[in-house]
Amino acid sequence: MIPTKEEWYTALVERYGEKIQKNISSATVAICGLGGLGSNIAFALARAGIGKLILIDFDSVDITNLHRQQYKANQIGIEKTEALKDNLLEIAPYVITETHTVCITEDNAEALLEKADIICEAFDDAESKAMLVNLVLERMPEKYLVAASGMAGFGSANTIQTRRISKRFYICGDGTSDVQSEGSLVATRVMLCAAHQAHAVLRILTEQFET
Amino acid sequence: MVKVNGEEFDVAGKTIAEYLSTTNYDPKRIAVERNGDIVFKAQYNETLLQDGDSIEVVSFVGGG
Repeated sequence: MIPTKEEWYTALVERYGEKIQKNISSATVAICGLGGLGSNIAFALARAGIGKLILIDFDSVDITNLHRQQYKANQIGIEKTEALKDNLLEIAPYVITETHTVCITEDNAEALLEKADIICEAFDDAESKAMLVNLVLERMPEKYLVAASGMAGFGSANTIQTRRISKRFYICGDGTSDVQSEGSLVATRVMLCAAHQAHAVLRILTEQFET
Repeated sequence: MVKVNGEEFDVAGKTIAEYLSTTNYDPKRIAVERNGDIVFKAQYNETLLQDGDSIEVVSFVGGG
């Protein structure tokens, strides 16, 4: 039996208290890229009772994704937006999702992201990361932005960090571990970075800011 | 002196673009903040670094 919406919310409030849960449950978070970072960020935020997720990715699930991304073997070939939405609703049936199966560009980003309180950059390509970060900081300075850089390879888990660069701009990762030089993405380290990003979102929503 | 990512450099008087050209940063993979505000990409050529400025160059690597 799936719990009712009221039972679901009550169970969350019992953990965090009404004030904190209200902040989380009324928030809209955009996730740009639904790969190793984005799919794990989405899972974490859905479990925490986030109000709405805007899920954006142009790609479909591939066999090479399954070692680190929150998809299933029987979803290979399905659009990531649809597959992730289905998976999220299985674990958090009352999360509201908005999906966009598009490539985020300088031309469509503002329209896609305008309703978000917080934007998570979760791309894998370095130039795309820089494009989105510059665009949000230049054109949408009222948004909080949580980006990621440096989580490839088997390096120590302890080097993944969250840094607050300026008032509304956070970045997670070790800053240096490039997938090209490290050779691979390891699920555990990517999940650590995604957890840092999701945790930064929850801290922002509960007004606990890094110094 | 100008503080770049926490380290002092004698680059006051240079533009952001001039400073970046002396480094290994790839301009397509960075964001630059000056005293807590984003420097617009279109303004790298005309933004002069001043004595006492604090610059943060955020560099992106691949993977996600």
